[in-house]
Amino acid sequence: MSRGGSHRAGARGGGDSGGAGGSDAGGHAVPGARRPSVVERAGGESGDPVVEARDLSLRFGGVTSLDGVSLRQRRGEILAVIGPNGAGKTSLFNCLTGAYRPQQGSVTFWPQPGQPAELVGRRPHAITRLGVARTFQNIRLFPALSALENVQIGTEVRQKYGPLSAVLGLPHARRAERDGVRRAADLLDLVGLGHRTHEQAASLPYGEQRRLEIARALGTDPRLLLLDEPAAGTNPAEKRDLAGLITRIAGTGVSVLLIEHDMGLVMSLATSVAVLNFGRMIAYGPPSEVQRDPAVIEAYLGAGADAGSGPGSATRSGTGTGSGGAGPRNRKELG
Amino acid sequence: MSGPTVPGQPAPSAGSPSSPDSSSPRRSAGAPRTVRPPWHPTQLFSPARLRQLGVLVLLGLLAAVVTGPTGDSDHPLQAARDAIVDPRIVLFLVLAVALWLVVVLGGELRALVVRLATPVRGPVGAAYGRRGGPIVLNLVLLAAAIIAPMLFSTAAQQSMVNDIGIYALLALGLNVVVGYAGLLDLGYIAFFAIGAYATAYFTSQTAMPWHAPFTLNPFFVFPIALLLAALAGIILGAPTLRLRGDYLAIVTLGFGEIIHLLANNADGITNGARGAFGVPHLSIHLLGIDYRWGIDPLPYYYLLLAIVVLVMIAFGRLERSRIGRSWAAIREDEIAAEATGVATLRLKLLAFAIGASVSGFAGVLFASKQFFNPQSFSLQASFFVVAVVIFGGMGSRLGVVVGAVVLQGLAFYLRDKVAPADRYIYFGAVIVTMMIFRPQGLVPSRRRRREIELSEAGVGAADALGVAPTGARS
Repeated sequence: MSRGGSHRAGARGGGDSGGAGGSDAGGHAVPGARRPSVVERAGGESGDPVVEARDLSLRFGGVTSLDGVSLRQRRGEILAVIGPNGAGKTSLFNCLTGAYRPQQGSVTFWPQPGQPAELVGRRPHAITRLGVARTFQNIRLFPALSALENVQIGTEVRQKYGPLSAVLGLPHARRAERDGVRRAADLLDLVGLGHRTHEQAASLPYGEQRRLEIARALGTDPRLLLLDEPAAGTNPAEKRDLAGLITRIAGTGVSVLLIEHDMGLVMSLATSVAVLNFGRMIAYGPPSEVQRDPAVIEAYLGAGADAGSGPGSATRSGTGTGSGGAGPRNRKELG
Repeated sequence: MSGPTVPGQPAPSAGSPSSPDSSSPRRSAGAPRTVRPPWHPTQLFSPARLRQLGVLVLLGLLAAVVTGPTGDSDHPLQAARDAIVDPRIVLFLVLAVALWLVVVLGGELRALVVRLATPVRGPVGAAYGRRGGPIVLNLVLLAAAIIAPMLFSTAAQQSMVNDIGIYALLALGLNVVVGYAGLLDLGYIAFFAIGAYATAYFTSQTAMPWHAPFTLNPFFVFPIALLLAALAGIILGAPTLRLRGDYLAIVTLGFGEIIHLLANNADGITNGARGAFGVPHLSIHLLGIDYRWGIDPLPYYYLLLAIVVLVMIAFGRLERSRIGRSWAAIREDEIAAEATGVATLRLKLLAFAIGASVSGFAGVLFASKQFFNPQSFSLQASFFVVAVVIFGGMGSRLGVVVGAVVLQGLAFYLRDKVAPADRYIYFGAVIVTMMIFRPQGLVPSRRRRREIELSEAGVGAADALGVAPTGARS
């Protein structure tokens, strides 16, 4: 697998931290004009898929978590998965990343255009090495390690040097070590944690822990980044920064698959939205269409609800309940 | 460190009414901080500290009573009276107060020094800064280790080799498994046995009924035993390392017993309970050098010292490499490690193999030094190595060596003082005291100390045993 542009995230994104993020996130419309360039940079055509799940079913005993879900994401796209609590969003993530093995269905991932790889049946670390990275809904950092070390573990994933070279301090091991540190430091700058390098991960504030987790995932040099409720529990300013960060990540050619309850964030970021309910996909399309879909409105507000106050208006009013209420139930799931 | 502040719990009385930040309850739940409260002299004599002093003084009195001139658990009152009139009670009380000073004030002083030295970056950043460790301290310790045996009797030197040296090496190996990878291995001594019996097999025609058709110099057995033990580690680990925590401990316990019983019962192969006798001492015949390690323990001591120092340096480098970081990741959150691309199974297997090979290596030294029988590879020996690692400080190379020195030194000291059956009572008392007041061990590693502090605050999965029960959480 050739990974020529492995440093691009750090190198290009590092320059415009903070400021650019705010302006990107503020915009309501999807910045459609930027999309084609992203796809070109990623080296594929616009229809070129990066991941495709077909007919995924996952059951736990009698409980069906996913029921024949099919999903296709184009390269460079930001695809948001939304749905009420317990709809199967995190289960879908866990099937894509190998944490759960679905009873039925397949997942194909294209690290490079034209090189499909089947993900079902692979171990999570193998999937990460193929180029699928993730974050967790309830943050799972390595709490006693420093911020830098957390990211280093990601950047060192494909390094080859073994225990003997490490013990003897052979040149190639030292080089790999330095390279890993440099890339990790670049990524910390990218997510705006450059000043936290040597601080213990657990001592960071909540929002920074979320960003550190994203940096760690980016360290593995992914083609597809899965973010599980990255904005949960963050304040409005942090949300704006986060939206800017996600846009920048997508700008470097990484496709982003996003679970999010914050409708404002979803509507401003996502190129497409998939809606899950009771393990089934009930709607898929551009955000503006999904917002008006009667099935979606019913899923969110219950049957017989006033059609005028669907998730469209939830953009503003429903945000709090969405992210805040998400906790108790979903938090029990893995990740 | 064991103070009353638990950062993970939001103070309900002070926090909620005055907090203007709406996200603060959530924040405090997700990100407990490890900020120490501002230092103040009165802290030194807080009730908790004084209670610790009281407990230590009591323990000191108890120790004085039971090790007294007529120390005897059958006549405790007689022993108590004798002990109290005996001047040695002063020694024990001084020891108790000294221990209190080290345990309680040591932490305070260190925190104070760190605070004064680095007002900006805080303790974590400062601790991270000096990676190589204090070189001067290491040199002083090394010098002490070189000079020490010359001050002692031959019997003590003998013990420094057979008990302290070998167990320091064993503990360094087990430290990779328990301290770095966070796997509890209770059958660790089995690999030691494999090394010892391999030595008997390859170097002597007479030590065991079963022997190689040729004889090797013990030095050539080092690589063989290393590989054999590593192989045994992989064979044991490959199917069992998928198990978590307690289950792995049980399986390794069984493995240790199997090897022990095999050695004990296979009369026709290992000479059974009579043990292997007559394994040749180490010797070099190379390039005109002709040297033989004999009955004198000193040359063995220095050989062991050199090996221990080399292993410490090697494992230090390993710990700071990507491999050591991956182990830390597995220890702290296995699911996150796997999701970050760490091949958890393979790295655990690596830790197992490295630990086993050190154990096998130590087995060769042990076998060539002295007569051995299956008694040396009993369950008790396995537990003792685990105790040394936990006592000294999991994950800390210097710690486990110091642990071996202290615990085996205690064993040597008690050898003539108390009945052999009573000896483990003292070990138990020492280890229990240690776990209550200093769960991170005598000389804890920085990473480990942070993990334990965090787990006391409810974050992360590390506990004093180092087994991360991630399975329960998924």
